[in-house]
Amino acid sequence: MMKKLMKSIREFKIPSMKAPIYVSLEVVMEVILPLLMAELIDNGISQGNMPYIMKIGLVLLLAAGMSLIFGALAGKYAAVASAGFAKNLRNDMFDQVQKFSFSNIDKFSTGGLVTRLTTDVSNVQNAYQMTVRTAFRSPFMFLFSFLASFSIDRKLTLIFVCVTPILAVGLYLIATKAHPIFERVFRTYDKLNGVVQENLHGIRVVKSFVREEHEEEKFTGISKEIHDDFCKAERILAFNSPLMQLCMYSCMLLLSWFGAKAVIASGGNTALGLSTGELTSLFTYAMQMLSSLMMLSMVFVMIIISRASMERITEVLDEQSDIVNPENPVMQVKDGSIAFRGVSFRYNQSSETPVLSHIDLDIPSGQTVGILGSTGSSKSSLVQLIPRLYDVSEGSVEVAGVDVRNYDIETLRNAVAFVLQKNELFSGTIKENLRWGNEQATDAQLEHACVLAQADGFIKAFPDGYDTYIEQGGSNVSGGQKQRLCIARALLKNPQILVLDDSTSAVDTATDALIRQAFTNEIPNTTKIIIAQRVASVMDADQIIVLDNGQIMGSGTHDELLSTNHIYQEVYESQMKGGDEE
Amino acid sequence: MNKGVKIRGKVSKPKDVKATISRLFKYVGAYRLRLLIVVLCIMVSAVVGVLGSMFIRTLIDDYITPLLITANPDFSGLLTKLIQMAIIYAIGVLAGYLYNRLMAVLSQGVLHKIRSDMFSHMQTLPIRYFDAHSHGEVMSHYTNDADTLRQMIAQAFPQVLSSIMTIVSVFFAMISLSLWLTLLVLGFAGIMMFVVKKLSGKSGKYFVRQQQSLGALNGYIEEMINGQRVVKVFCHEEKAKEDFQQRNADLCGNATQANKFANILGPITNNMGHVLYVLLAIVGAALGLANVTNYSLSGVSTITLGMIASFLTLSRSFVMPLSQVAQQLSSIIMALAGAERIFTLMDEISEEDEGYVTLVRAKYVDGVLTETAERTGLWAWKHPHTDGGDITYTELTGDIVLDDVDFGYTEDKTVLHNVSLYAKPGQKIAFVGATGAGKTTITNLINRFYDIADGKIRYDGININKIKKNDLRHSLGVVLQDVNLFTGTVMDNIRYGKLDATDADCIRAAKLANADGFIRMLPDGYQTVLTGDGSGLSQGQRQLISIARAAVADPPVMILDEATSSIDTRTEAIVQKGMDALMHGRTVFVIAHRLSTVRNSDAIMVLDKGAIIERGDHQSLIQQRGTYYRLYTGAFELS
Repeated sequence: MMKKLMKSIREFKIPSMKAPIYVSLEVVMEVILPLLMAELIDNGISQGNMPYIMKIGLVLLLAAGMSLIFGALAGKYAAVASAGFAKNLRNDMFDQVQKFSFSNIDKFSTGGLVTRLTTDVSNVQNAYQMTVRTAFRSPFMFLFSFLASFSIDRKLTLIFVCVTPILAVGLYLIATKAHPIFERVFRTYDKLNGVVQENLHGIRVVKSFVREEHEEEKFTGISKEIHDDFCKAERILAFNSPLMQLCMYSCMLLLSWFGAKAVIASGGNTALGLSTGELTSLFTYAMQMLSSLMMLSMVFVMIIISRASMERITEVLDEQSDIVNPENPVMQVKDGSIAFRGVSFRYNQSSETPVLSHIDLDIPSGQTVGILGSTGSSKSSLVQLIPRLYDVSEGSVEVAGVDVRNYDIETLRNAVAFVLQKNELFSGTIKENLRWGNEQATDAQLEHACVLAQADGFIKAFPDGYDTYIEQGGSNVSGGQKQRLCIARALLKNPQILVLDDSTSAVDTATDALIRQAFTNEIPNTTKIIIAQRVASVMDADQIIVLDNGQIMGSGTHDELLSTNHIYQEVYESQMKGGDEE
Repeated sequence: MNKGVKIRGKVSKPKDVKATISRLFKYVGAYRLRLLIVVLCIMVSAVVGVLGSMFIRTLIDDYITPLLITANPDFSGLLTKLIQMAIIYAIGVLAGYLYNRLMAVLSQGVLHKIRSDMFSHMQTLPIRYFDAHSHGEVMSHYTNDADTLRQMIAQAFPQVLSSIMTIVSVFFAMISLSLWLTLLVLGFAGIMMFVVKKLSGKSGKYFVRQQQSLGALNGYIEEMINGQRVVKVFCHEEKAKEDFQQRNADLCGNATQANKFANILGPITNNMGHVLYVLLAIVGAALGLANVTNYSLSGVSTITLGMIASFLTLSRSFVMPLSQVAQQLSSIIMALAGAERIFTLMDEISEEDEGYVTLVRAKYVDGVLTETAERTGLWAWKHPHTDGGDITYTELTGDIVLDDVDFGYTEDKTVLHNVSLYAKPGQKIAFVGATGAGKTTITNLINRFYDIADGKIRYDGININKIKKNDLRHSLGVVLQDVNLFTGTVMDNIRYGKLDATDADCIRAAKLANADGFIRMLPDGYQTVLTGDGSGLSQGQRQLISIARAAVADPPVMILDEATSSIDTRTEAIVQKGMDALMHGRTVFVIAHRLSTVRNSDAIMVLDKGAIIERGDHQSLIQQRGTYYRLYTGAFELS
């Protein structure tokens, strides 16, 4: 998992290495500094030797200056490396998401993908920064301090050898005990957020049914759960700093006792053994060693916590797109004829019941085809196979006589304009949105497409006309206007095949008719596939297909179906009933 | 600017720090005793820490140095001193453990309370609040703001407190040694704070920019991933990547700068401490050698060498917590800003409810309507009259009258003009009109999601402003186009309409709504757990559950706002039977764009730009040959 993520470091490998190098240099300085300080006290101040104080002071300042420079550089490179790593991770994930097929997209929720790209990456970024700074710093600090104290007094160093394992084991135990609780808490947090989210979405339902108290109970229950778990985990973590202090103080007491004896035994002479100044340095080293262990355990916890984020990121990076370009793809779509040959389709290979089964269809180029069926009859699934948004499970779909799996995907999708049921506009001007269909389109072409889609009228009524800014999600245009803009956008592709998946549901019936009229007159050679709820929207089609439960229950013209197909009759009845009162 | 930026870019400084802190303390106040113990323990722990760092000097000056010059060193004095210190240390460790543990409980308790209060208060807010604030924005109070607050209370607060304790005790220790040197340290600390302030200001500036570019990137990701299918259909992947990379690079740049300055802060304060160390040594030694008179708490003397050495140790204990406080400062400011946003939510004005007419179970005793505890199926409005003090009961029938109602979501823009209509008990009233004509707005007024600007709405002859909101809403059932289901079983979701409904009641309601059939086909039937707003179900199925939910509540008045528009007409024809059964004997307000759904209404109101332009039943409207006629025949032009 880590290996996979590490690949995204790329050009930031050098700063990633520079950071620990400067950190180790900084550590060297930090180990030298106490030595100099001891020297300053022992031979400067204690002797009242002013020139010596000045001399050592100067050296100390120099060392401090170096330590500052190294520390600052380390900090800088750590920032560069981690922010860069995060940037690459986000880029890689976004690229990966762009490669996703529809079925890949189905697997991840929108919210889930957004969290992975933002919060999870931030977590990893923080952990990485901490790692390049501290993961090297602590062991170095520990090692150098140990070596320094070892060079001062071997026997006294034994104290550290005894105390550090106690601290290390203690810290490890605390971290591993607290970790599972933290993981649980984070899951409970998701639940809490879920309740808030549900309430925000469904506030009208909550208020209509006067269920405020009921919701409060639910929320408070989960909040309490978090509270209890957090308390449990924090109670364990509360041992952290007292344990550290305990080890620290033990070291100090032991050092004081044995150190005092050693100093006195040597008569305070460095040549014979331990001096008082050296004893002071030992205290500092004890402190540095133990706190570096403490830092290490913090990094450990941080990595553990960010592990969940790493997992979620790798899930995205590991997701293989199941729709890829074939070798030697066909680069041209000759006409707009479509054929389904014994097609079965399931969204999930493991699911038992297919969404579509035994579909055989022939649509000549230029025909208008209506598809009718109740909700859940797999109308959308059927048409999504044409531009290869999904791959069939069995059989084949052919466009212009060629299996869609043999086309270059971009070629195919440019030939098949698809207006989705749940369509989106993007923040930007109307023009910018329309140019999704064709980047080179002239203003005249844009206008023409909008005239066909019956959108020109309302666009011109806007104060800014075609330069009107569309808010995110198209929230400042009505549902019907949005649908017409989406149709215009698709028309600009100048497609061989145009698929409208329930794309005029919010458009009034008269305008709907005008749009279809325009299609017939202006793009007679384009194959038009129209999915609709309203019989009126499809009844003048060359061919109407009635779908039910993923199977074709009948096909033919309006009149044929009206006399032979009972589902069609029912649908027609349900919509036209009462019309004969006239 | 897109929404994402607006929401997430908010990392501003708190406006009223004092008020926010005092409010936070009110929450902490509930744990007064524990807080007292925590503060005491932190004090003890800090003092022990200072004693510890001073002990080294004592050890050397009072024990090792004298022992060095004795011929026969006696260690018993040292041993006593060490045992004494061991006891002090033990107390320190104990105090440390105690405050860490108490603080954990305290901070979690406070947070739990704040969260619950926030949610409870949110539940009382009017719909206007939810319409005016994006979900993401409200959500961030529960996630980001609460999280920074937690970190502050649990980590920054004890650390700052302990640092301050240390600083104070070290200050006293220093001043008891030498006034001059203390002044030097203070002066230097001032310079240090200045540098820290400059640096953290710089890093803060970039942190704000980082938040902004993160917001912009978030917005972009959200938009692109929501529209991912469109991106695919238009082969727009490369363009999307390009735009993304540009925003991503922006974020990376700002994040680098922000973290760089934050990272540099540590080495700078640390090494400034070293500079101070040298400075003290030189100045101290110079003063000592020059025999300058030294003032201190312990009297007037000259500066001794041991004194300088002690001072050097103390200066480090003084500088370290200082830089810690400085580094915590920015996170505290951020947390306070978050706390302030939480409190702003809590200060939002709740739905006002001056209603005093309540809904009670009733029965007729000798032809007189009286209150009862029995489940009679009969309800009455209990109307206490303020002037006479007597109580009248009015039977709940579902008679609704709108009299010359004006309304605007904002004061300057009226969206409903002079709307008058009446619905007799059991009647079906339909609203027809274009998006934005004001259909939903009218229903929002009846259940008082919004309050009218002018005119009157009467329910069974009572002004709805006099009816308690909860009771008013209990008497109204609502089925909306956007179905909201809650995490839980199908049964739970149906029971949402009436919490004390039995399983049998729920199943009966499901049958009424024609939902029973498909529910039984679900893997666990009525016990199937729905998650993510019932995402496993089709739109139509979710709609059926929401109809069942309204059915189980059994209200005398129903509002169906595009309730069947996401069900196809054939299924609707099947559901229609259930719907008709549901509507039978109730006053129903129907909004639908499918005219076939509303044809059999007792009255149809055609709305345009917030005014009723035509009214009547289907027959008479057709005869009028007006807007309704044109709308209705639009579907027939083609045949």
